[in-house]
Amino acid sequence: MDYFAQQLINGLVLGSIYGLIAIGYTMVYGIVGMINFAHGDVFMIGGFIALITFLLLISTGLTAIPVILLIVLLVSMAITALYGWTIERIAYRPLRHSFRLAPMLSAIGMSFVLTNYSQVAQGARVKPIPPVITGGYTLHESANGFVIQLSNIQIIVVITTIVLLAIFTWLVSRTRLGRDMRACEQDQTMAALLGVDVDRTISMTFVIGAALAAVAGLMYLLYYGLVDFFMGFVAGIKAFTAAVLGGIGSLPGAMLGGLAIGLIETFWSAYFSVEYKDVAAFSILIVVLIFMPTGLLGRPEVEKV
Amino acid sequence: MTVISPETASASRTAGIPALLKTAFVNALIALVLFSLMVGIRTEAGSDGQLTYWTRFGDVAALVAAVFGGSIVIELLRQWIGSSGAEKLIPPAVQSSMSLVGRYLAPALLIFTVLVPVIFYQQRYILDLAILVLTYVMLGWGLNVVVGLAGLLDLGYVAFYAVGAYSYALLATNFGWSFWVCLPLAGILAAFWGVLLGFPVLRLRGDYLAIVTLAFGEIIRLVIINWQELTGGPNGVSGIPRPSFFGIPLDNSDNGLAAWLHIEYSTTHRIVFLFYLILALALLTNWVTIRLRRLPIGRAWEALREDEVACRALGINTTTTKLTAFATGAMFGGFAGAFFATRQGFISPESFTFQESALVLAIVVLGGMGSQLGVALAALAMIGGFELFRSLETYRMLVFGIAMVLIMIWRPRGLIGHRAPTVYLTKAQAISSDLVKEGHG
Repeated sequence: MDYFAQQLINGLVLGSIYGLIAIGYTMVYGIVGMINFAHGDVFMIGGFIALITFLLLISTGLTAIPVILLIVLLVSMAITALYGWTIERIAYRPLRHSFRLAPMLSAIGMSFVLTNYSQVAQGARVKPIPPVITGGYTLHESANGFVIQLSNIQIIVVITTIVLLAIFTWLVSRTRLGRDMRACEQDQTMAALLGVDVDRTISMTFVIGAALAAVAGLMYLLYYGLVDFFMGFVAGIKAFTAAVLGGIGSLPGAMLGGLAIGLIETFWSAYFSVEYKDVAAFSILIVVLIFMPTGLLGRPEVEKV
Repeated sequence: MTVISPETASASRTAGIPALLKTAFVNALIALVLFSLMVGIRTEAGSDGQLTYWTRFGDVAALVAAVFGGSIVIELLRQWIGSSGAEKLIPPAVQSSMSLVGRYLAPALLIFTVLVPVIFYQQRYILDLAILVLTYVMLGWGLNVVVGLAGLLDLGYVAFYAVGAYSYALLATNFGWSFWVCLPLAGILAAFWGVLLGFPVLRLRGDYLAIVTLAFGEIIRLVIINWQELTGGPNGVSGIPRPSFFGIPLDNSDNGLAAWLHIEYSTTHRIVFLFYLILALALLTNWVTIRLRRLPIGRAWEALREDEVACRALGINTTTTKLTAFATGAMFGGFAGAFFATRQGFISPESFTFQESALVLAIVVLGGMGSQLGVALAALAMIGGFELFRSLETYRMLVFGIAMVLIMIWRPRGLIGHRAPTVYLTKAQAISSDLVKEGHG
């Protein structure tokens, strides 16, 4: 039981990170109708920028960890958002009215560009950092000595995710930009006729998605203590699985899907085998698409002739 | 990274030098922010696990300058060439000579390919490269059945290549079966996996299908890595037997082919044999595809690619149509895999990554989705290009990615040609299907 509770905590933390990435997939799919294949690599870039900023701040002699983390968060969100904007501008916007495979292939190309760009720029070796946030709480200690730990970093990951989700939900449901985004999702032509700047709205979607991916990158860095140039690929597919599981196009669904994937992966590793945890995640993607193509919270897609 | 936003051009097409400079300046500024940390600061883990860093501001300055200069050059080129519409006006004389070239290009290429071992008999490197190109031509033609003809985007094609390679490798090393027995078995096993994958994904379309096939490819790779008792895990399978000339080994022994023909033995014999073997396999793929295209099933594939709903309305069984496309494509992938295993003599999961799938897909798309000649030329260009950049090891995939994006922007329908359906109504549709989709029809 204690073991189960510990895995539950771990799974929820991992799921929060997946959920943050999944929101980027689901937003872009909802509005542009394409899988932003490079989004996993945007997450990786976010992690790298967080690492570099962190290193720079440490070397300036700053010691207040909360201040450092806040600056790292803002810098990494800003620069990664610019990456998202640039990617959309270069690789996707010229193809918006092309045939349906074109943006997908362009996105795969972009994913290669980002992976190999960071390999060339930062080297192929794994970049570890020493643990930044240490300590935690012991929730429960059982008779046989097994301890349920809730570390501070886990609390921070979950709280950051909840805060960001609250801001994001407010943004989508209450602001002008959110209304534009929902309008573009339903009908781009009509939205344009009613004075919505479709290009700008789509750009903003990529910017927000990339900023959230950057937060996920920072959380990953703090939680696992390392980044490498190849981490975007698998994390990207899993986050996409999360988006599909939750119902692509649905924002709460993305978060829910992220949590589900995080839990499944953690429990699979804990009770079955660590080697096959990715196989489990990918199999779930296939199973979900077969039996529940619209996901948990998605709307059924109407087939247009 | 000297990719410059092509979008800014339309606004400043008629504008003068100040606007041009302003655009270039903005682009350079964006590049400065993008590259400042990622390129400007290089991190590396030291021997004690401590991260160190050093600055590379010179590289950032060079990249930003390149973006600034590149923006200006692209803008000027754009203004000089004029609108993209003007590019498409090709004089009729050029067009007719192009079609003449097109008619004789395929036979000429085929004759040249057959003669390659004769011409380059002494250059082992060129022969090896030619075998590699032909392997990818075959993979491209195989995937072309799925993507080009049936219009099903398959991002996990390498899985079937892996199934074929491991089928031969394991059957040959464990049971000592000969290449010629294993080749059809590898094809059948791969086709079986193709059907197995095809069943669940029948209802999926477009992007969903792409992601599921990608996941399938990854699952196969992960299983190969982790099922160590069977596949040897990351260490792969080594000591895979070389193929024989229909039972006669190609070695230096008394009953080898050289002794049998009373000629002096040379290692090049095996290379030449492998070359003709893959050429035959590739031509078989091509021939089968061309024949299938004229059968009802081929027509159904093309119809499926054009419009699935119309297909169903006309009573075409989309289930069997999709499954046969998957199975046929997978079978050729399996053949190519068996050939790959026997050529290398050693296989490991590293040869079957997603990058391979993307490379083969890029070949098909570049070749123009369904055009057989186009795919062959694209494979030649891609693998040849890869060889040219071999010295720039780490930059190779970066260049590949940039090329993929640029080609999609410049020619989304493929560099060489787009194959229209074999049969279509002679009268053009009054309203294009895109307009019908939007409710104009």
